[in-house]
Amino acid sequence: MMSPAHYLFLSLALFLIGCVGVVTRRNVIVVLMSIELILNAVNINLVLFSRIFGDVAGQVFALFIIADAAAEAAVGLGIIIAFFRNRETVLADEMDLLKW
Amino acid sequence: MLDSILFYFFAGIAVIGAALVVTSRNAIHSAVFLITTLLATAGIFLQLRAEFLFIAQIILYVGGIMVLFIFVIMLVRLDVPLHRLRFRMKSLVVIAVIAVLGAEAGAIIYLARKLPGQGLFIQNMAPPDKLAPNSEKLAESLFSGYLLPFEIASVLLLVAMVGAVVMAKNKKRTEEES
Repeated sequence: MMSPAHYLFLSLALFLIGCVGVVTRRNVIVVLMSIELILNAVNINLVLFSRIFGDVAGQVFALFIIADAAAEAAVGLGIIIAFFRNRETVLADEMDLLKW
Repeated sequence: MLDSILFYFFAGIAVIGAALVVTSRNAIHSAVFLITTLLATAGIFLQLRAEFLFIAQIILYVGGIMVLFIFVIMLVRLDVPLHRLRFRMKSLVVIAVIAVLGAEAGAIIYLARKLPGQGLFIQNMAPPDKLAPNSEKLAESLFSGYLLPFEIASVLLLVAMVGAVVMAKNKKRTEEES
């Protein structure tokens, strides 16, 4: 049996890789994918602790996070399509409509 | 023994796939590597005896969300964002901060060994048979204790669906038609 620390390190690695993707990529679609990576890292933690404590509440929370990720992806991609239709770009650098 | 082999197999695939998601230039490659990572994570869920989440992960994430991503990548013209992955000075600072945070969190997890009773390095988690009918227990918990959050999540999904349709609808064309 693996110890919980192994899973925590895996989750930490996925979370940090996702953070690096969010701050460095210019393509907004890849930024959204990195956010999915971060949500997945959180899910691993929740399932791990649900296993340790023998309580399914953590898995219920993980289900809610999956539903939330679906909603976020749908709305985010809708925004990207609307933005692309107006400005012909999906680069985060060129999204400056709110800049004075 | 088999357990640790499976863990390192899935964890390696997940971490390598995640790194490739962030570094590959083509968005469609990122999507394919993200699918790999999500499937490896599903394997980790199965290893943690969360069968329902394993199925939900594959059906919802890989079958639903990623198809949506690939659709959008194909709708949006890709020759524009094929720029070089530029690490600007600001990004370097942010990466340094994230690296320090990661080292800190890793050190905390590592030092947790000194907690009473082996801490996070405890070897025997809850025995597998204690969680045996996973889907049943999950459904019982979801529809008794977490019924209200469940309904709120369904409302959230409905709102997100309406929002996505409104967002992606072509307004000019509907104005011309009417």
